[in-house]
Amino acid sequence: MTTPLLSLQGLTKAYPGVVANDQVSFDIGEGEVHALLGENGAGKSTLVKMIYGLVKPDSGTMLLRGQVFAPPEPRAARADGIAMVFQHFSLFDALNVAENIALGMENPPPMGDLASRIREVSETYGLPLDPYRTVGDLSAGERQRVEIIRCLLQDPKLLIMDEPTSVLTPQEVEILFETLNKLRSEGTSILYISHKLEEIRTLCDHATILRLGKNVGACIPAETSARDMAEMMVGSTLQTPERSGREFGDVALDVSGLSVPSPSEFGTALKNVHMTVRKGEVLGIGGVAGNGQDELLGVLSGEIPTAADAIKFNGQPIGKLGPTARRKLGVLTAPEERLGHAAAPDMSLTENALLTGSVREGLESNGFMKWSETKNFAERIIGAFDVRTPGPDNAARSLSGGNLQKFVIGREVLQSPDVLVVNQPTWGVDAAAAAAIRQAILDLAAKGTAVVCISQDLDELMEISDSFAALNEGRLSAPRETTGLTVDEIGLMMGGAHGMEVAHV
Amino acid sequence: MDLGEINPVLLVASLMVAATPLLLAAIGELVVEKAGVLNLGVEGMMIVGAISGFAISVETGSPWLGFIAAAVGGAVLSLLFVLLTQVALANQVASGLALTLFGLGFSALMGQSYVGVKPPDMGEIHIPVISDIPVIGPILFQHDPILYVGIALTTAVWATLKYSRVGLILRAVGENHDAAHALGYKVIKIRIMAILFGGACAGLGGAYISLIRVPQWTEGMTAGVGWIALALVVFASWKPWRALLGAYLFGGITVLQLNLQAAGVAIPVEYLAMSPYIITILVLVILSADKSSAPASLGRTFHASH
Repeated sequence: MTTPLLSLQGLTKAYPGVVANDQVSFDIGEGEVHALLGENGAGKSTLVKMIYGLVKPDSGTMLLRGQVFAPPEPRAARADGIAMVFQHFSLFDALNVAENIALGMENPPPMGDLASRIREVSETYGLPLDPYRTVGDLSAGERQRVEIIRCLLQDPKLLIMDEPTSVLTPQEVEILFETLNKLRSEGTSILYISHKLEEIRTLCDHATILRLGKNVGACIPAETSARDMAEMMVGSTLQTPERSGREFGDVALDVSGLSVPSPSEFGTALKNVHMTVRKGEVLGIGGVAGNGQDELLGVLSGEIPTAADAIKFNGQPIGKLGPTARRKLGVLTAPEERLGHAAAPDMSLTENALLTGSVREGLESNGFMKWSETKNFAERIIGAFDVRTPGPDNAARSLSGGNLQKFVIGREVLQSPDVLVVNQPTWGVDAAAAAAIRQAILDLAAKGTAVVCISQDLDELMEISDSFAALNEGRLSAPRETTGLTVDEIGLMMGGAHGMEVAHV
Repeated sequence: MDLGEINPVLLVASLMVAATPLLLAAIGELVVEKAGVLNLGVEGMMIVGAISGFAISVETGSPWLGFIAAAVGGAVLSLLFVLLTQVALANQVASGLALTLFGLGFSALMGQSYVGVKPPDMGEIHIPVISDIPVIGPILFQHDPILYVGIALTTAVWATLKYSRVGLILRAVGENHDAAHALGYKVIKIRIMAILFGGACAGLGGAYISLIRVPQWTEGMTAGVGWIALALVVFASWKPWRALLGAYLFGGITVLQLNLQAAGVAIPVEYLAMSPYIITILVLVILSADKSSAPASLGRTFHASH
């Protein structure tokens, strides 16, 4: 048997109160695409941070081509041929593409040479990119190209990719997979982290599954069904959300001729948006991030006021009403950004429950808060949505992403809205929690709520929505029934692979 | 009123002198803020630099040693800020304000025996031939050496930030400290170096006031220049040449309005006295209307745990 490229043996890392990795061992062969699967909090990030030298293991060893490998810092890992494409936190918005790439290299050539090398590598791998553009102006797909090219310029032996496809259109995913296949054929190994099991089945040679920090199994993805892999991840049988046959009622939310400029400098203006949502209907809105999703949510929540007639609720114009007035009527929203927009990070869950629940749940009287009722409300959310936290007095920041998301969605669902607008309801949430959130949305719709679900996860939209529309450069396509819609058609509605080049104009 | 008494050559030459303390302090703070740290203690570091430089040059008789001592003094005081904000992770605004209050009080204590003393003269550089050119010579080539140090420092900071790898890393740390950390850069170490540099520059600026501009020691003699330097960095959109322009503009109008007062112009003194502030702010606000903005991590505390 040949020596594997990287061999992990009994890696253990404990943080106060939690063992992030417990005796994890597996091998990555030369030229192999190896998937690392696991729910949020399963210890995937800690594991790749150890390989990349950001975190030191408490015990266990790593062997790189048979040699002991213990990088004290990322620089050393990079020098040994390990490169990583991060999920967050790794690009500098105010700097240009070439500067961003130079920061990730040990000995960058002068800027002029670097720019021409960037052009050369980006064309070789089919990822066109202008080295002098400011990163803040790029779309999500283009930003990812910056990261990939930064890695490729260093001739990596092992490329670590953390959830690379979560922000891409189907066409962009195809381009990425072609690039990765090309790299594999050149002998580069790839460690691929993802929630999306179908992707792993088409791309990866081997998969290792982590649960609660332990290696709970391995499989060959091409020969294993997505459902089996998901159940290995979760450790129990998965519930697929059920959609019962529903009758749609009258039109609850009617948006017509809605045009608003974006409040932020890098945002997208909404242009002549039309849509209607009936009672009991789930309208899914897809599209690549940055095509007007945040603005659409802002307009529907009341954060961005519009012409009164542009938005009607049960025939009543509400375009000029603010968020609190709309909540009173029954139009509720849950924005995408959990920390900062949907929840105040340093405030307790009780306080966060009050922030959107006070009007409908009657949590204040004459300007004074009713703390005990508020606490009950927070406890109801925690109980109903299985939010894992020691109690409602904990700060929102202390919850994991998935748990906080359950809280934020649950908070709106329990207020029994007539119209609910959610943006990215399951972003960064593990499979079991995502299924619970989707089920809650469907249950709500079954009771007659009109739901607008803005998401970049197409599988999710196909699973829960009755009709589908796509946002592209602030324009909303005409909604179509979800049943019978093909991936190609959806891609075209979203603007296809070329859409990303102009997404921020 | 006799405007003819104002000598334009002397006016321009003295505006450069008036601007230099402001320029030195602003360039130092610009580097600090580019690294993502907001140090409001500029005034305190300047006044400590002023008394350190004054005391050492009186004791040793060498203005050069005085300026070195001023830079060290400013940097040592900024170490206190380092300790508070980078090690103890205290709030930067509160720590900076504390630094100013501490510096003002501490310099008064150190300077008690130096009131009324005259410091040694640094002299001016007279470069042969070019300093004798009429008009240009006296304006540009007959100054003390520190004034040229200020201009050289501006050039060096501009070139370093724009073209060098060190500058790129510094900007990266100020822009997104989490990303810089993930790439393996030592955020805290880089910020400490920047804060020390800022302290040294502020110290030099303070000593320029006590050794050259005024030459004497009085309590609180920096009189708000540190605060103006802070504002200047913001209005200059964190660009070194604009900071230089702003400093010279401010210095120029200060000198001009003093001349106008002396010449007895029929504008109330209060309006003349406020004019440097208003005009400098107006010009820089108009200039800063482009889309360049503050370093994204400015004033945020970095903690490496996540």
